[in-house]
Amino acid sequence: MTATSLTGANASTEVPLKRRLRRAERTRQVKALALVLPLLVFLLFTFAGPIAGMLWRAVDDREVRQALPQTVMALANWEGKDLPDEKAYAAVANDILAARASGTIAIAAKRLNYALNGFRTILTSTARNLKAVPEPGTARETLGKINPAWRERTTWTTIKDAGGPVTGFYLLAALDLTRNVDGAIVAASPDQAIYREIFGRTFLISLSVTVLCLILGFPVAYLLATLPPGRSNLLMIFVLLPFWTSLLVRTCAWIVLLQSKGVVNDSLHWLGIIDEPLRLIYNRFGVCVAMTHVLLPFMILPLYSSMKAISPAYMRAAASLGAPPLTAFLRIYLPQTLPGIGAGSLLVFILALGYYITPALVGGAADQMISYFIALYTTETANWGLASALGAVLLLATILLALVYGKLVQGQQVTGGMKN
Amino acid sequence: MEAGMVTPAPALVRFSGIQKTYDGEHLVVKNLDLDIRKGEFITLLGPSGSGKTTTLMMLAGFEVPTQGEIYLAERPIKNMPPHKRDIGMVFQNYALFPHLTIEENVAFPLSVRKVSKAETQARVKAALRMIKMEALAQRRPGQLSGGQQQRVALARALVFNPQLVLMDEPLGALDKRLREQMQLEIKQLHETMGITVVYVTHDQSEALTMSDRIAVFNDGIVQQIDRPDALYEHPVNSFVANFVGENNVLAGTVETIDRDLCRVALAAGGSVMARAVNVSGAGASTSLSVRPERIAIIPDGSSSDGPNRLPAKVQNTIYLGDHALAVLDVAGNAEFMVKLQPGAHDSLRHGSLRPGENVFITFRPEDCLALDPV
Repeated sequence: MTATSLTGANASTEVPLKRRLRRAERTRQVKALALVLPLLVFLLFTFAGPIAGMLWRAVDDREVRQALPQTVMALANWEGKDLPDEKAYAAVANDILAARASGTIAIAAKRLNYALNGFRTILTSTARNLKAVPEPGTARETLGKINPAWRERTTWTTIKDAGGPVTGFYLLAALDLTRNVDGAIVAASPDQAIYREIFGRTFLISLSVTVLCLILGFPVAYLLATLPPGRSNLLMIFVLLPFWTSLLVRTCAWIVLLQSKGVVNDSLHWLGIIDEPLRLIYNRFGVCVAMTHVLLPFMILPLYSSMKAISPAYMRAAASLGAPPLTAFLRIYLPQTLPGIGAGSLLVFILALGYYITPALVGGAADQMISYFIALYTTETANWGLASALGAVLLLATILLALVYGKLVQGQQVTGGMKN
Repeated sequence: MEAGMVTPAPALVRFSGIQKTYDGEHLVVKNLDLDIRKGEFITLLGPSGSGKTTTLMMLAGFEVPTQGEIYLAERPIKNMPPHKRDIGMVFQNYALFPHLTIEENVAFPLSVRKVSKAETQARVKAALRMIKMEALAQRRPGQLSGGQQQRVALARALVFNPQLVLMDEPLGALDKRLREQMQLEIKQLHETMGITVVYVTHDQSEALTMSDRIAVFNDGIVQQIDRPDALYEHPVNSFVANFVGENNVLAGTVETIDRDLCRVALAAGGSVMARAVNVSGAGASTSLSVRPERIAIIPDGSSSDGPNRLPAKVQNTIYLGDHALAVLDVAGNAEFMVKLQPGAHDSLRHGSLRPGENVFITFRPEDCLALDPV
């Protein structure tokens, strides 16, 4: 057999071999898929779906378009330089009458009021005073007489901006930005610009809690990983104990402990250390203490698992090679716990970002985190757009953080040298 | 091969009356007195739980003796922390730092000693050249094979020129062929660098291959310290005879002692002449030890001029390539091994040693040791 015919035979058998392999693997893949399918469906409906819905609501803007369809259409080609023409006035008069009849006017009024304070009054007064469709050519005059705001350019740009179907309005608002009358993005007025500060506060509290958890959790995790099994199991039970009680109960326990007539203050007073009760709760201190307590296990467990994997032989080797205990710890032990530190910190930080109950119960007005406002807009004021936009910004920030972490971990990839 | 030229050098390490207990109830090491000479390759050999690893750990400083003192170069080191002892150590699982490259691993002992950068670089390079791994300097330990990791661990323990190098079953995780190769490499390093090595193993062939002296541990006590050949030829008790090398045991009672020879009546009947090594006197029970290669098989029972001639029944024969073993039933011991010399293969092939056949064995009195009863 010649060389060419040999390679030819190889080439002709190679493809069927690959295909056979695929066919052989297919059953296994189908089985694997069947095993994860229920969870996948569950996640799709309870996780991916709602998130997609939230992201959509952050840009969705169809209330005005539905209530005032003719106006939105009439303004479609309006440049926004001057007041719109008579056609737009006639359209808005028609729309208002129709919306009043169908009861959709309040929805449009609410949406327009977000963008321009007082718009609700403009719409309701117009709806109340507009008796019938104005004669052709008199719409501008009629409306201007009912409410002078119809002679303002801002009124019309507000309607045009809110015409949808999608808008950046909520996302801009979540970042303390807005569009001015000429459509340029500018900083929001100081009385509305609160979200950046709240985001900053949220990140600051989360960061403080993460650092506190790391400082408190590291020694505990070390003990857990190095104590003999009997005692480390006992310690592990103490670490996991918080999971056995509800978050609400633990937070309320902190109120009992930290309030001005609480256990801590009474003890300090009894010991003569303080005369006046310290303010330990309904401030930043109380929030950080309670959140650290709740989130501590999430730091300890990843730290523990990374420390458990570090063989005591490494520290012995370092000592035998001449490293004093501190040097051995800093140069040999600590670097090997970095993946655990990273995982624990990321977990605690991301969980802390979304914290709601604890700051709401033990924090003051200046300690409320972003989730408090998201809850406020969804449950109290039903401003779904803004709530979704705040959520979307938070989600984006979290994803960015996770990506940064991923990059860091990749650079610090540790492969095991021990063969056990 | 160097056994004959071990000259009495000053003791580098001296264990003096060392005792160690972990639970306060029984001693893991009982009254250890041991001198290790400078430049010597000494192996602590024994089964697991015999106290050899504990002894090594006390020397390294990871365990504190319950009683007694250890001297390193005449200085007591019982309370000296491990990092000040200047003892290099190679661990069973290598313990290479997984987050550092090979180069950084080897440089570690130098950098904690604040050796200058240029010198560190030169010494690391030399160490890596010594183990022929310069090309892999930038790899991480996880990317190396077991044998390569072991070489790096060796280089790391030697690069700072310690007074003493300890090795705790360093080849235990390697396969047989690689283990034998590494044994020779370690032996060679020891000879060329003149370092003092304390080596712990439970593998007696490894101990015989590498050591200048072997300390056989059992039950927390050093049973015998001697050169490999002396250990094999002149074991002082049954434990050493059985632990080092293959051995056949026959139980019996001493009848008479005449200087260093004695007559022993076997428990199963018959009697043999043996060298009296560890017997208290006439009437004492004893355990006879005969090495498999010191026994000859006489198929027909004729022509034997020695005093020791015992009937045997062939149980089995085992072919092992370079030699063969016959498993016999001799005086109640059904696992009595006799090593057949290459010439004797023919008798195997011709079927003269068929299972069930009755033969006779013979051995010289000086090859049969009367030891303490097991």
